[in-house]
Amino acid sequence: MSAYPETVAEIATALAKGEFSSVEITRHFLQKIAAHDGRLNSYITVCEEHALTQAAAADTLLQGKVAGPLTGVPYAHKDIFCTKGIKTSCGSRMLDNFIAPYSATVSERLDAASMVLLGKTNMDEFAMGSSNETSYFGPVINPWREETVPGGSSGGSATAVAARLAPCATGTDTGGSIRQPSALCGISGLKPTYGRVSRFGLIAFASSLDQAGPMATTAEDLALMLNVMAGFDKKDSTSIDRPTEDYTRTLNDPINGLRVGIPQQYFSSELDADVAAPIRTAISELEKMGATCIDLDLKHMHLSIPAYYVISSAECSSNLSRYDGVRFGHRCSEPRNLDDLYCRSRSEGFGAETQRRILIGTYALSSGYYDAYYRKAQKIRRLIRDEFQNAFANIDAILGPTSPSAAFEIGQKLDDPITMYLSDIYTTAVNLAGLPAVSIPAGFAEGLPVGMQLIGNYFAEAKLLQIAHQYQSTTDWHRLSPPMQSGVD
Amino acid sequence: MVISDKEVKDIAQLARLELNEQDLAAIGFGLRQILEFVQQMDAVDTTNIEPLAHPLELDAHRRSDEVLETNLRDTYQRVAPRVENALYLVPKVVE
Repeated sequence: MSAYPETVAEIATALAKGEFSSVEITRHFLQKIAAHDGRLNSYITVCEEHALTQAAAADTLLQGKVAGPLTGVPYAHKDIFCTKGIKTSCGSRMLDNFIAPYSATVSERLDAASMVLLGKTNMDEFAMGSSNETSYFGPVINPWREETVPGGSSGGSATAVAARLAPCATGTDTGGSIRQPSALCGISGLKPTYGRVSRFGLIAFASSLDQAGPMATTAEDLALMLNVMAGFDKKDSTSIDRPTEDYTRTLNDPINGLRVGIPQQYFSSELDADVAAPIRTAISELEKMGATCIDLDLKHMHLSIPAYYVISSAECSSNLSRYDGVRFGHRCSEPRNLDDLYCRSRSEGFGAETQRRILIGTYALSSGYYDAYYRKAQKIRRLIRDEFQNAFANIDAILGPTSPSAAFEIGQKLDDPITMYLSDIYTTAVNLAGLPAVSIPAGFAEGLPVGMQLIGNYFAEAKLLQIAHQYQSTTDWHRLSPPMQSGVD
Repeated sequence: MVISDKEVKDIAQLARLELNEQDLAAIGFGLRQILEFVQQMDAVDTTNIEPLAHPLELDAHRRSDEVLETNLRDTYQRVAPRVENALYLVPKVVE
């Protein structure tokens, strides 16, 4: 057993009491990373020196009793957030040489909270993937079973938290990239309402869908992290100018009287039976705690994946046009002319999946096809959004599985894009509608974690975290961690 | 809607991606699969539905026209592949 506590809340309390220093707990995590990450590959960059400097500064604040709630708590940061002076690769060869000249607002907020950056985590290239196999830096291993993927695109963050190589991490979620890896790795992850967390300095994939959020072992830790991450930002034109709240305030309120919608579409033939079983048990648990479960019919849900892939690819093709080999990022050697410079820099810098999405998006936006694909997908998007809004007139939250299966084997879906895309079948609708949703551990399917998804109405993060925390107060799935090979613990 | 290899090449040129003949077959196959898959959307009549570009249909924030940023050109050009006299260098465009 480790001498140190595992959760953010416990570490923060112990630091405040002086039970150990930030430098000590930071060294502990750095040692665990050194011992295990050669195998798991969850970090692209480990910031050892930087972390110890930040930890020493945090210790000064803690000793001076001028610390904030998370001062000195270490975290892992998805390599999609710009961090000034530190390599920010976005999992791509294109940005392998990119030292960010400025920091994302999220990075600045975590710095301002005096949290300690352990390192930048591995991810699918430009966040395009559901298995963390599209990373230029190699696949990440799921610590629960080495042959399986951790999910994606925030696969490095999910594995780092699951293997206890960080107490918490940041992620981003464009179509499920926080929730699906959280489910597959047995941790908790929150995608906030679109616009709640700043996108400034977050490398763009699909701007109308991208949203950053926290990943940790417990719902309480998500609330603590969200308190730091959320807030209006003038530098992000889609940030919402609305006061934040203390997301921990209602965690301990009981959930009796809560109305939970169960969409029949989330229990259709795509769902593995051994995933369905723990989710049905979780529904019974919530009913025992006083929640009322109501059947829900979301007729357009099955169109979320097609609409999502058209819209996200269209936005991706536009966003990724900035990588031209001229101003930053990879440049091919000895270009023959300007067009050759663009074409070869991009073909060498982007991996296969990223190129595929750029091509789909370029096609969907091209003259003659715009109405059939992009405009059609935007109309479907409205139908999906309206369907959710109608549902939330009568319920507080929607519950279902996060992913149709537990972690799958490395390589299993890599050559079949449609099958890979369908692993996000329960998550993409939430991004199209811009809603908040959380995934929390709810049991196991043949030894691999199963995640339960709770979807809320706009700005209902506190409600979702309250339900999740109440569920975690009566279950212990979130406390289980994968058996680690011997070494440092 | 079947997309030909020639169309794939044309799209790749629009996107400034260089595809070799080997990639072309594999990428064309993947694109056809995906485009066929997304045609499920056609089963729903959306005649009078307004497209939704953004989930919360926000207006962009407005602010007064003041200079808030300092010039950080040198910082930003430090990550550029080739710069000379504060100019980005590319192969000659005009002969």
